[in-house]
Amino acid sequence: MSDFGGILGEAAGLLVALDPDLMEIIGLSLRITLVSLVIACFIGLPVGALAGAFAFPGRSALIVLLNTLMGLPPVVVGLIAYLILSASGPLGPLGLLYTPVAMIIAQTILITPIVAALTRQVVEDLHLEYAEQFASMQAGKIRRILELMKDARYSLLTAVLAGFGRAISEVGAVIIVGGNINHVTRVMTTAIALETSKGNLQLALALGIVLLLLAVMINAGVMALRAFAERSALA
Amino acid sequence: MFGSSTALPSRRGFFPSIGLYPLLAALALSILMGLSSLAFAQENDSPFIIVQSTTSTRNSGLFEHLLPLFQADTGIEVRVVAVGTGQALRNAKNGDGDVLLTHSRIDEERFVAEGHGVERFDVMYNDFIIVGPARDPAGIEGQDDAPSALSMIADTKRPFASRGDDSGTHKAELRLWRMAGVDVQAASGRWYRETGSGMGTTLNIAVGMDAYALTDRATWIAFGNKGNHRILVQGDPRLFNQYGIILVNPDRHPGVKAKQGRRFVDWILSSTGQEAIASYRIDGQPLFFPNAKR
Repeated sequence: MSDFGGILGEAAGLLVALDPDLMEIIGLSLRITLVSLVIACFIGLPVGALAGAFAFPGRSALIVLLNTLMGLPPVVVGLIAYLILSASGPLGPLGLLYTPVAMIIAQTILITPIVAALTRQVVEDLHLEYAEQFASMQAGKIRRILELMKDARYSLLTAVLAGFGRAISEVGAVIIVGGNINHVTRVMTTAIALETSKGNLQLALALGIVLLLLAVMINAGVMALRAFAERSALA
Repeated sequence: MFGSSTALPSRRGFFPSIGLYPLLAALALSILMGLSSLAFAQENDSPFIIVQSTTSTRNSGLFEHLLPLFQADTGIEVRVVAVGTGQALRNAKNGDGDVLLTHSRIDEERFVAEGHGVERFDVMYNDFIIVGPARDPAGIEGQDDAPSALSMIADTKRPFASRGDDSGTHKAELRLWRMAGVDVQAASGRWYRETGSGMGTTLNIAVGMDAYALTDRATWIAFGNKGNHRILVQGDPRLFNQYGIILVNPDRHPGVKAKQGRRFVDWILSSTGQEAIASYRIDGQPLFFPNAKR
C-alpha cells in the first residue's frame, strides 16, 4: 500500500488519461443517477409539497413513513428489486434484471423518500411563514403549492442534491440488480468494490477519489447556477 | 396591506420570474440525458447470454481472457455475474442466468437432479491453498496434510478468516474442518471469523487481522494486497478444486437462451476453449488446468 500522494497521482492519472473504460463507467454512473433523480423528483417533490402544505387524514403517518424510508438500507432495496425483476418474479418477463434500467428502478426507490421527506420539511416551514399572507390573499391550493415551491426552490435544491448524493454513492442495491457486469452495468461504486476485492486497494481508492471529484464538480456547478439565478432575479 | 386581493406589494417576492430558466434548462438537460440512458439500455440488441459464475473466475482475470475469444468465434456476448457458488446456483434456480460455471460438484449435481440444469460437465481445475502470515504462529508451513494443518490452527486458537457465505470455497473449507474433527461453529466469533464475503474481501480481512485463510490458487495469484501473507500449505489431493459448467434447463426456465448458452458450453468444452483456458497465465503461472472429458 503506497502513500496518499501516490494514490492522488494515480487518480489524476486515471482522469488525465481519459481511459475509455473509466469514461464508460463514469458515464453510466451519471446517467443512472440522473435518470433516477429526475423520476424521484417528479414523485418526491409533489408528494413532499402536499404533505408540507396541507392537512389531510393520514398526513402524520405519511410523514413518519417518508422519514423512515429515508433510511432504507440499499441492500434491502436491492433484494426487493431483485425479487420483483427476477425471471421468476412478477416483472421477470420484461427481462430487466442485470440491465441499467433495473439499477434505475432500485435507485429511484431509494432516493424518492429522501427528496419527498426533505421537501416536506422545507415547504412546511415556509408555509408557516406564509400562512397569514395566503389567507389574506384567499389563495387556492394549487397556487399555494406553486408559490411555496417557487420561493423554496433553493432549499429544495438541497433536497435534490441529497438524493443525488445518495444515488451516486450507493453500491448495495445496484450490485444486486445490476450484477456489476463489465461494460453493461458496472458503475463507479461497483468498480470500487470489485477492485477492493481484487486487492487493488490503491486503484480502488483512486477510483473513489475520482467519484468524489465528480460529486464536487456537480455540487459546485449547481452552486454556480444558483448564484447566477439569484443575480438575475435581483437584476 | 394584504386586505385587497388585487394589489399585492409582495407579489414580486412570490414571483421572481427571472432566474428560474437556468434551473429549468438543467432539468431539461437531465431529462435528455435520462432518455439517452434509456435508449442506451434498449439499443443493445446483439445476442448475449448471462453466465452466473464465481468470484475466483472473474477476479483472476480468466473471463477477460476467454470471453473476447468466444465472442470473436461466435458473435455472442457473455455477461458475467460473479457471486459465490451458492448464490450463483440460487440465482440460476430463479431462472436468472443461462449458464452456470461454478465449483461445488455436489451442489451442481443436485441442481441438475432437481431439473434446473440440463447436464453438468467438468471444465477445469486448480487447487485450494492455505495462506497465512509469513511468521506462521501456528507452525503449519510445509504440512502436506491439510486437515491436520487446520487442527494445528484450531489447537493454537490462531485467527482463521472463513468465507462463511455458502460459496464453493466455503463448502470445501467446511469439509476440511470436518475431516480435521474441529467444530468451527463453536469457535465462531472467537478465533474462527466468518466474514460472509467474497474471496477477495476475505483475503483483505485475513491480511488485515493476521489470520489464516483457505483460498483458491487463482484468486491468490491475481490478488494485489498480499501484505506479509504467503502460501503455507498446498499439494494435499483433498485440496483439489474442480469447476463444472451447466446449461440452465430451458424446459424449466423458459427465459433461458438455450441456443446461445449451449454454444458457450460446447465452446468451453471444445479443444479451442480448453486450450484458451490452459493458455491463461499470470507471471508465467497457469491459473486453471482444463480437464473436460470430451
